[in-house]
Amino acid sequence: MTAPRSPRSRLALPILLIVACCAAVAGLLLGAVAYSPSAIGAALRHGGGVDATIIREMRFPRVVLAFGVGGALAVAGAALQALLRNPLAEPWLLGLSGGASLGAVIAIAVGLPAGLSVAACATLGSLAAVALVYRISSVAGRRLDPRVLLLAGVVVGAFSGAVTTAILAMTDPFTFHSASMWLFGGFGRATWPVVGQFVLVAAGPLLLLWWLSRALDRLALGDETAAMLGVDVDQTRRLVILATTILTAASVAAAGVIGFVGLVVPHSLRVFVGPLHRRLLPAVFLAGGAFTVLADAVARTVLRPSELPVGVVTALVGVPIFAVLLRRSLR
Amino acid sequence: MKLEATGLRVSYRGTTTPALDDVRFTVAAGEFVAVVGPNGSGKTTLLRALLGLVPATAGQVMLDGRPLGDWSRRALAETIGALPQREEPAFPLTIEEAVLMGRWSRLGPVAPAGPADRVAVAEALARCDLANFERRGTDTLSGGEWQRVRLARALVATPRLCLLDEPTAALDMGHEMELFELLRSLVRDGLGVLVITHDLNLASRYADRMVLMHRGRVVASGMPVEVLRADMLSQTFGWPVAVTQWPDGTPQVHPLRRPDATEAIPRASFPI
Repeated sequence: MTAPRSPRSRLALPILLIVACCAAVAGLLLGAVAYSPSAIGAALRHGGGVDATIIREMRFPRVVLAFGVGGALAVAGAALQALLRNPLAEPWLLGLSGGASLGAVIAIAVGLPAGLSVAACATLGSLAAVALVYRISSVAGRRLDPRVLLLAGVVVGAFSGAVTTAILAMTDPFTFHSASMWLFGGFGRATWPVVGQFVLVAAGPLLLLWWLSRALDRLALGDETAAMLGVDVDQTRRLVILATTILTAASVAAAGVIGFVGLVVPHSLRVFVGPLHRRLLPAVFLAGGAFTVLADAVARTVLRPSELPVGVVTALVGVPIFAVLLRRSLR
Repeated sequence: MKLEATGLRVSYRGTTTPALDDVRFTVAAGEFVAVVGPNGSGKTTLLRALLGLVPATAGQVMLDGRPLGDWSRRALAETIGALPQREEPAFPLTIEEAVLMGRWSRLGPVAPAGPADRVAVAEALARCDLANFERRGTDTLSGGEWQRVRLARALVATPRLCLLDEPTAALDMGHEMELFELLRSLVRDGLGVLVITHDLNLASRYADRMVLMHRGRVVASGMPVEVLRADMLSQTFGWPVAVTQWPDGTPQVHPLRRPDATEAIPRASFPI
């Protein structure tokens, strides 16, 4: 883990912005049908035709949603890692995603109509998981211990995973299939209203976490040091948990469970931009968005006309990248 | 500017005896106070309670005439610089980033660090014998260097009071002396300093007042000559000591070796 990085870190945000734009363009071009840049341009100029409509009403919202969800998950992961002083933390490990997928699977198994009601159940599930994790780790009169919080998250995640599997084992193949799209994630449902809902819910928590950047920096030094350096530790912790829960719930509601983005992206970027969150969080948002857009483009193309769940791609690509970076950072 | 505790009592969960019991303590601007005592005597708990980091079950702490609870954490951090006994950054920082954090309570959540902040960082680093360390990583430092980085972080906010928990624990003799000289010069400039230390002799030579703690209580408080008495120290630390004097009159403490018949080591063979 090397620290001298100032020349690179100044360029990191502009470079990431360019990368993000390139990823977005690639996301628009690639898919079951590959489009030419001119077709994209025509669609942008409100041209007519089936292609223009597909691009405007399906591919565009899909790219925007993938970018937003990937960015939000990466930011949530970075914030949780600082809060828990643990580079392993991510929405997955805290039981958030487990609760969300359990909620979605229950909704599907009971036969609730797809779409908004499943999304609502996913949101409820992640909120319930957080409440449970919070309840397990807080003993009256004692401060929340990051290690206990993480352990409680793992346990709640494992429990909801078991219940999810049990429900799936009892359902018919059709339910199993539609539930598995939630369990591994996908942006197939992306429409402008879904994008609108997501932006409406996620914008506030994202800004709040950025506002808490310096508190997160100091929390990463330990609770006592953070308090000595002027951080209201308990309040900050509550706000960070609230913001990351909302971000995770919104992401799961829009696209199901997508793992590894929250783990791989922050960890990779700390090497380049350093651990200070005022710069890390925007960088992580751009990189997480670009990564997820590209992963979705791959998910749409490799098996066309059918689709691979995007969570499979993020894991297949993310894990090797992570392994390489982990080894490099130890050198 | 005065930080004052009266009748202070702190109990940790699951313990029968309180960690602090009926403690009266003050440290004021322009004063150097050393807190000494055996392990587990309540020194660190006192420092935590003075900063409002552990709740007091009885008594109260006042800063500048106002109860501690009336102060926001941010205002407290601007007034009191503090150094915890141990800490490890979860992610490696550059030295400049680590020290700049000392000014964030002043800067607020988003204002970028300006030239004045960078000058303050450079000055604090120079004072702690770390000039030109700005670009180094915290993961490349020795224990003593990291300790001095943290001290620079406590000083960079130019606080009125400074509470330091064993600041010399990882330092070699030269840096230990430099730290005490630095604190003394800051006290001359009006800073109030509380130092928790196990080095009774350095405390005796640098502190205006010493506070001896034992089992959560203050057993002696006053000028070093009043606190460093052989009988009281032997009893408190559970070990026989002798007390001598420097030519300037400051007391110096010498723990005695246990008399051993087979080795025949002379008892207290130095002039007392």
